[in-house]
Amino acid sequence: MNARVKRLFQSFLLWELLKGLRLTGRHMFVRKVTVQYPEERAPKSPRFRGLHALRRYPNGEERCIACKLCEAVCPAAAITIESEERADGTRRTTRYDIDLFKCIYCGFCEEACPVDSIVETHIHEFHFENRNENVISKEELLAIGDKYEAEIAAARAADAPYR
Amino acid sequence: MDLLLTMMQSWPDWVQVALISVAKILLILIPLLLAVAYTTYAERKLIGYMQVRIGPNRVGPRGWLQPIADALKLLTKEIIIPTNANRYLFLMAPVLSITPALAAWAVIPFSDTAVLSQVDAGLLYILALTSLGVYGVIIAGWASNSKYAFLGAMRSAAQIVAYEIAMGFALVGVLMAAGSLNLGEIAAGQAGGFLHWYLWPLFPLFLVYFISGVAETNRAPFDVAEGESELVAGFHVEYSGMAFAVFFMAEYANIILISALTTLMFLGAWHAPVQTSFTLVPPLFWFLGKTAFVLFFFLWFRATFPRYRYDQIMRLGWKVFIPITLVWIAVVGFFIFFTPFGHWFH
Repeated sequence: MNARVKRLFQSFLLWELLKGLRLTGRHMFVRKVTVQYPEERAPKSPRFRGLHALRRYPNGEERCIACKLCEAVCPAAAITIESEERADGTRRTTRYDIDLFKCIYCGFCEEACPVDSIVETHIHEFHFENRNENVISKEELLAIGDKYEAEIAAARAADAPYR
Repeated sequence: MDLLLTMMQSWPDWVQVALISVAKILLILIPLLLAVAYTTYAERKLIGYMQVRIGPNRVGPRGWLQPIADALKLLTKEIIIPTNANRYLFLMAPVLSITPALAAWAVIPFSDTAVLSQVDAGLLYILALTSLGVYGVIIAGWASNSKYAFLGAMRSAAQIVAYEIAMGFALVGVLMAAGSLNLGEIAAGQAGGFLHWYLWPLFPLFLVYFISGVAETNRAPFDVAEGESELVAGFHVEYSGMAFAVFFMAEYANIILISALTTLMFLGAWHAPVQTSFTLVPPLFWFLGKTAFVLFFFLWFRATFPRYRYDQIMRLGWKVFIPITLVWIAVVGFFIFFTPFGHWFH
């Protein structure tokens, strides 16, 4: 009986609704957590898997030896490699295409690579303006690698103790 | 200005009256439409704050130009008329829903002198016009020839009819207390400090009126007519561009109208909460301030309450609100006519 009277009063006085309003009212004055994206950025892990790059050795020689392990491991079949024997007797790629529409950014290519050539960088802001630009060639990949070598090396070094 | 006045005096009387009326109408409508635009901004900002976000802040300083940008975007968009829609009704529906929302402002007294038309049956006029708004919704749902729009319109119509009754009864209580249908007199009856507001003797009716107002305007938590999760957007799914914007404006104009009416009938209209011999703040500001305060609750509710289930809405309207209002009207009537304590309710 007592409980029923109490319940009646609570529902007629909109008690629980007022409690809800108090909660949202309090949250209005809580410090806001919004990260204002282009100006502020959330921190990124050194393991971040973004746009791909092909790296070079410090002497300028490209690392890739066209072993095609990445092509084999790629679950989305996004990588296409063709190779030839160069004049100095080493095997090198003549074509190294990645279709970024097929790519799922799993990072298997990087893990499969025996010479740390193909890597996924921290770059996540990229776009295409024309058809076919989603397929990036060996030259473009090498250019990305050259441009961001310092960051790529730093991220690999930071992550090395946990590998 | 003087030149203009002397010019005007040479014109026939009806032209003068018409011009002055048009000027007054513009004086009400332009600030009202601005208020509608900035209510959307306030809503987004407020809900953002309550969700620990910061809301729109990109267009203009602190996002102040966001409503302008929204309006421009909607203006430039194409109005798509579905192939199977009845195009005349389809285009008439938004007009039918915004007209009553704007026309109702004709009898709202903003202060003891500032009112467009002193109608003696002002309360009746308001009731009639707010009820007309449902036609826009029903016609929009019907003319779209889409099942989602139709379901949304049906829900909305049933809900508005249900809450209209409770709202009407709540207003009966007000007119018993005020002894007048004239909104100006209802407001004038609440002069003399906040203890004289009808809020206190009619407290249950105030709650019923305000909650029914939220339901009437199809706002959260009573927004089953839109119910994104089940009906996409309810009666206005098929609308785009300016036709959609007109529905949007009608919704917000109605919210502001309900806020203004709540202020007028329960919160002492333009009277200051504490009666002093001098008036520091002009009455108009008290009225607008109280309206804004009530409006704040609409947005606060939206940020707080989850949507009602449809049968619960119907239950609340028919089985809770109507009995409460009837009982309280009986109580008020009993006290006024059979006991010497009738002055409590005046």
